[in-house]
Amino acid sequence: MSTYNFDYLDELEAEAIHILREVAGQFEKPALLFSGGKDSITLVRLAEKAFRPGKFPFPLVHIDTGHNFEETITYRDQMVERIGEKLIIGSVQESIDQGKVVEQTGKNASRNALQTVTLLDTIAKYQFDACIGGARRDEEKARAKERIFSVRDEFGQWDPKRQRPELWNIYNGKIHKGENIRVFPISNWTELDVWNYIRREKIDLPSIYFSHERDCITRNGQLMAASPFLNMDDEDVVERKQVRFRTVGDMSCTAAVESDATLIDDIISEISASKISERGARMDDKVSEAAMEDRKKGGYF
Amino acid sequence: MNILKFFTAGSVDDGKSTLIGRLLYDTDSILADQLEALQSSNRKNDDGTIDLAILTDGLRAEREQGITIDVAYKYFQTEKRKFIIADTPGHIQYTRNMVTGASTANLAIILIDARNGVVEQTIRHSYIVSLLGIKHVVVCINKMDMVDYSETVYSAIIEKYKVLAQQLKLVDVTYIPVSALKGDNIVQNSGNMDWYEGESLLHFLEKVDTDNLDKSQLARMPVQWVIRPQTEALHDYRGYAGRVLSGTFNLNDKVTVLPSGASSTVEKIEFFDQTPDAAHAGQSVIIHLKDDVDISRGDTIVNASALPQESKLIEADLCWMDGRALDTSIMYNIQHNSKITRCKISEILHKVDINTLEKHAADEFKLNDIGRVIIKTADALAFDLYDDNRANGSAILVDTRTNLTVGALMFRAAVE
Repeated sequence: MSTYNFDYLDELEAEAIHILREVAGQFEKPALLFSGGKDSITLVRLAEKAFRPGKFPFPLVHIDTGHNFEETITYRDQMVERIGEKLIIGSVQESIDQGKVVEQTGKNASRNALQTVTLLDTIAKYQFDACIGGARRDEEKARAKERIFSVRDEFGQWDPKRQRPELWNIYNGKIHKGENIRVFPISNWTELDVWNYIRREKIDLPSIYFSHERDCITRNGQLMAASPFLNMDDEDVVERKQVRFRTVGDMSCTAAVESDATLIDDIISEISASKISERGARMDDKVSEAAMEDRKKGGYF
Repeated sequence: MNILKFFTAGSVDDGKSTLIGRLLYDTDSILADQLEALQSSNRKNDDGTIDLAILTDGLRAEREQGITIDVAYKYFQTEKRKFIIADTPGHIQYTRNMVTGASTANLAIILIDARNGVVEQTIRHSYIVSLLGIKHVVVCINKMDMVDYSETVYSAIIEKYKVLAQQLKLVDVTYIPVSALKGDNIVQNSGNMDWYEGESLLHFLEKVDTDNLDKSQLARMPVQWVIRPQTEALHDYRGYAGRVLSGTFNLNDKVTVLPSGASSTVEKIEFFDQTPDAAHAGQSVIIHLKDDVDISRGDTIVNASALPQESKLIEADLCWMDGRALDTSIMYNIQHNSKITRCKISEILHKVDINTLEKHAADEFKLNDIGRVIIKTADALAFDLYDDNRANGSAILVDTRTNLTVGALMFRAAVE
């Protein structure tokens, strides 16, 4: 009997690859939701491990709010070029132009909530039956209860009371027409696991994850990148800060943290010591204690 | 560092959520903003301290009712291990949630209220642990602070539990007296119970050898996906992608492909940019065979010297998970790893009263019912008995009308 080293990252990786292959095997038209953030970048690496030397059995889909960090888009385009897979872009601007959604107004306006409509339209247009996402159960307590294969009705809604039991490593992907399944291969990973994996695999990330100088303003106790997408007024004081971002979202709702971490090792020590959880830097969760649950019920990622 | 997946069953008043909250809190796994949300919540303990149970109660309905109604997964890590907790409700109406949570766990924590001792729900939770084949059990006798940390109370409860453990064939049972509310013996050994010489719960969880990795000879890999790039450079490439359920495949091993029965030899094992000599339980790999055999998703590659059982008639334990009762007159889908086929429940042998462990004859199966059935499948399944090989001895039932997962099956015997 040979012995072998199979540590926690190997186990998480093997589980995620298994889930991705189940998606390939069980669905007709799956898609991988790619945000340009580290979690979806990790998914791309896992998909390479699951399907190479073959092609991915799904395209990447980016729901583009139009309020992106430039660095994210550059990264996305280079990555798609490197892996040679198909990218589909769903544009929130287009949804606004078509009058399907109305841009928020006021100081805390963000396009984050508008993404849901664009996502559902994109799913309907391409008739995707499964959408792979990079959500993790450690992010937020509503997510802690979500299944790895999570059914959405034809309105994109998640019903936490009607979740299917999910046993052993058997995933039930059967759905009715119009429904689709969100699949979360890295459900069991924590933020730290993702970072440790990125370090081990030497995965490149968009530069905004690392410390850099940037013009910022302080909103509701959080540092926001000054940008044309943020509704600023005279009360807002722009300051030059040394920051990095822990998540990559819409520029108008992703807060920065002050940081000198320029290397991945610095980031890992910073997170290990950190006392603010990752979603704590997302203003969209702050609205109420049940914020995430409400958004998910409405079809959010 | 490896992963320990454990599950906790407990009822509303056992302090199960408090115990988990305590583990998270005392291992510094609660972050500042979560703590802030906790402190601003208006649920407090009687003495004004933070109600740690809020940490694991995720959904709005649960917050309103103050109970846990689903399976919540929680994560924490120490220097020694990564832990995944499946936190499940303990009331009988949530039996299916317990079964779900228990299905992926290597260890179970059973909570007993020191004031009440072994009660009906203790039997129920322990039965589920035994049914789902969880090898390691930790019995936490909780609320020791409310019985003056009495060794006599503790010992009496243990004696009673040992009888139950024997009846349920639970082999590895560890007993720890705790107070989740006060933190006694959770992370640190308690100064209130000098008579207890064992370890704290966390120290035990860090050390216990759960044998995560199956070391059996039963090499099994269900094929999930066939990789055929069909490019010019890789014209003849044909790789079978899957996760090794159990055992080990080595290069040049003789293998059998089921259900066809075709024989071949392992020619190459691939893992992304590596070509290892062996593929072990738990690993997701690509296997190449020497011979050109017809293999597709749903087939299983096994080692030729230790074949699984093959049958269309299987005796199994069934836990019913749907509001609509079992209908023995209709066909369901059975999903066994990557294989899906039609089936019928051809006979109900008995049901188990999980509060008393008594078996009785039955002609219906409703939500949360557990019992023994005979299942008849359209295609033969290549399976192992659940006790020998959990990963290849389990399956789910899917109602083709609703697509819901309605049953959990643990295979106990092939019917001759």
